[in-house]
Amino acid sequence: MWRPPTRLPRSLHPGAWWLWALGLATAATRTTNPLLLALILAVAACVVVARRSDAPWALGFRLYLWLGAIIVVSRVVFRIVFGGGEGDHVLFTLPHVPLPEWAAGIRLFGPVAVEHLLGGAYDGLRLATMVVCLGAANALANPKRLLRAVPGALYQIGTAVVVALSVAPQLVESVLRVRRARRLRGARHEGVRALRGIVIPVLEDALDRSLALAAAMDSRGYGRRGPQSARMHAITGVLVVGGLAGVCVGLYGLLDATAPRYLGLPMLSAGLAAAASGFTLSGRRVLRSVYRPDRFGAAELMVAGCGLATAAGLYLTMRVDPANLYPSLSPLAWPPFAPLPAIAILTGLLPAWLAPPPPKDTEVTPTGPRDDAVVIG
Amino acid sequence: MIEFSDVTMTYPDAPAPAIAGLTLHIPEGELCLVAGRTGAGKSTLLRAINGLFPHFTGGRLQGRVTVAGRDTRAHHPREFADLVGVVGQDPLAGFATDTVEEELAYGMEQLAVPGPVMRKRVEETLDLLGIAELRRRPLRTLSGGQQQRVAIGAALTAHPKVLVLDEPTSSLDPTAAEEVLATIARLVHDLGVTVVVAEHRLERVVQYADRLIYLPGDARAVIGTPAEVLADSVVAPPLVELGRLAGWAPLPMSVRDARRLAAPLRARLAGVEPLSRPGAGDGAVLLRARQVVVRYGTVVAVRGVDLDLRAGSVTALMGRNGSGKSSLLWALQGSGPRQGGRVDVNGVDPQRRSAREARRLVGLVPQTASDLLYLETVDAECAQADRESDSPAGACRALLDELMPGIPDGHHPRDLSEGQKLALALAIQLVAAPPVVLLDEPTRGLDYPGKRIFARVVRELAAADRAVVVATHDVEFVAAAADRVVVMADGEIVADGPTADVVVASPAFAPQVAKVLDPLPWLTVDQVADALSRVPA
Repeated sequence: MWRPPTRLPRSLHPGAWWLWALGLATAATRTTNPLLLALILAVAACVVVARRSDAPWALGFRLYLWLGAIIVVSRVVFRIVFGGGEGDHVLFTLPHVPLPEWAAGIRLFGPVAVEHLLGGAYDGLRLATMVVCLGAANALANPKRLLRAVPGALYQIGTAVVVALSVAPQLVESVLRVRRARRLRGARHEGVRALRGIVIPVLEDALDRSLALAAAMDSRGYGRRGPQSARMHAITGVLVVGGLAGVCVGLYGLLDATAPRYLGLPMLSAGLAAAASGFTLSGRRVLRSVYRPDRFGAAELMVAGCGLATAAGLYLTMRVDPANLYPSLSPLAWPPFAPLPAIAILTGLLPAWLAPPPPKDTEVTPTGPRDDAVVIG
Repeated sequence: MIEFSDVTMTYPDAPAPAIAGLTLHIPEGELCLVAGRTGAGKSTLLRAINGLFPHFTGGRLQGRVTVAGRDTRAHHPREFADLVGVVGQDPLAGFATDTVEEELAYGMEQLAVPGPVMRKRVEETLDLLGIAELRRRPLRTLSGGQQQRVAIGAALTAHPKVLVLDEPTSSLDPTAAEEVLATIARLVHDLGVTVVVAEHRLERVVQYADRLIYLPGDARAVIGTPAEVLADSVVAPPLVELGRLAGWAPLPMSVRDARRLAAPLRARLAGVEPLSRPGAGDGAVLLRARQVVVRYGTVVAVRGVDLDLRAGSVTALMGRNGSGKSSLLWALQGSGPRQGGRVDVNGVDPQRRSAREARRLVGLVPQTASDLLYLETVDAECAQADRESDSPAGACRALLDELMPGIPDGHHPRDLSEGQKLALALAIQLVAAPPVVLLDEPTRGLDYPGKRIFARVVRELAAADRAVVVATHDVEFVAAAADRVVVMADGEIVADGPTADVVVASPAFAPQVAKVLDPLPWLTVDQVADALSRVPA
């Protein structure tokens, strides 16, 4: 039997997981068939369970599942509240709330039909599936490592995002700490006046921390740049800005059928080329190297390929037999289950075996948190 | 290696320079210690070495500072990254990444060190600092000592010629601090790195130092060998004070030096009993805790602790970082979680009362005392505290003046020194007149005079028939202020008894005087001075 080339535990290039997840999400946009959507959900969940590491970000997947559930439920509730009358099979009838003249077109409550509810549920499920696919990518790939893979020119922005991401949990910690300290003072006020007692120490704390971090990063060489002449600086600026403007015009030309031909594809590619060369030039100025960069190897190609194959499979199905993808609501029918889209989706399950197992942190010794961390709880 | 020539540093809007006319030459491979009171300009001096002052902080620098010939005037701090490694007070605040390995590589990435070299240096540094088993751990889950060693490692991977450390051990327990300092000493000896380190607790570092820069606080700097400078400085470790008292010359810098000089002193003190503190251990029990349990998920922070606190006693709560000290204090106060056991203050469980009533039973000053402060002036804070505890106007201010006279009304609490901030937070908690006062790590950030004042404050609180608990890592403070020591480990009490017994029995917790005069039961220089005044020479 054929075996994947390398089975040593390692973490995959984050880009591969993102491509895979985007493939699944794209597939989800192509269908409202609840059976297929459930299959996509199952595939994503299976791969996450099989290939996630024990890092903190990997535990967020459950949150995305909850978010998905909320999306479906709220979609259905909205359909009930804002009139769900279209359909033959009326389930129950809520008292209709008459609205004033200016709100014509909006209906509150009234009869609720199965078709309408199901439509809402299918729609919600599609959106929820897309969200869960992105959640799967987040759980499988460290989002911060993805930022490390950005081109040199965007490195500074990437760092800023990373720092901002790590500030959020610290802020939460400060808020908890200060709230507990306020209890010690027997704080009586609630609401807005209490807010002041919390916000001011927390902000002071955050400011202190960011100053300390800025000083530390400065001392460690963050933002070092190679020498560059003023002329070169101007050239890269013009290239980047001009290129991006070109991309905008090109997109407009492409989408607007009345625009002249030359404003379309040629403009778009010229803009892309200019912007890319601008980024490359300014990226060259950033002197830095990457520690243990993620490589895009065979396993990465396979994982990304599986995701893209899923998306392609559903596009193909749409050409062949779209009825399988959009189950009929009138007349009301059980959603069909066709082999072609199912096989396409199941391709997305392969990374559960194709991807190398994630490195398990066996070296973690069970030590208690620090004293202050304990207090924060 | 480091050259200061006639340097005067002035912060913007400051009436006087922080440091004036400093000329200093630090040769390669030297360990240079910077000492002085809080606010005397230690950090300013350290920041000038890689140009953070004035490039980052603002301010005016006259004169020249050069490191290996590179002038801070012409170069930004980031251009010193290959030359000067900097380690701050709070390692967590300076981390730019998530995991140990990435953090070690971060500085090298900025310097565009080639990949294979980075790989090799990371491995070397992991071994050098003995943190190889931590390589994949998230930084936030490490203990304080481990974090500080990672921070030092992260500075070292860039192979700097100079390492600058600003109070690297201020938040560490004695053992972790030893580890970090031993690491630093080893770097100096093995790698020839030039090290400049600022430190409050001189007793920990002074024995390793080749040179001491003492900043008395009037913008001057006194420079010389530690023995020369400490002969008449305000900040001095207990060892030096004992040496001064006994008239030893040269002054001892390590316990070993002192023990070799101490034979006559031991002989003189042999027949004398140290004065025991009156009233310790026989007051009424104010707080009775039984089988207290605190857990956070699966982590048990406090497992079944019994504790009685008596009126008139000062109890020191010791133990390494993460041993459950803070959790216990918060549980006793009633604001923190407590999953099991009973706490009884005057027949009342503070956890079952509202926050306002609980603070009348037990007052707690948290680890970051400034969390309690949020108004613009000292005066406003005091007035607010009076209102919170339904006390007559001016009660808090009067208490504050008793604790620490002379804190100006109009100052912003953030502009106060650490000691003043602590006094203000303490006064705010004392307005409610709680019989039990708990202090979580109050001595962090206090210099020697500050600690002396604070020890007096704590004794006075106990003298007013309160029960006081101080969680601290500072053995010298414990020796000076506490009657009883409770040592926690892994959520349990492992030792509990009079200070002299507990502290002397453990090598990690013994104060310097006890180590020098062992086997005699002396703890502090004051005790020895008092005894010497009673014994004829």
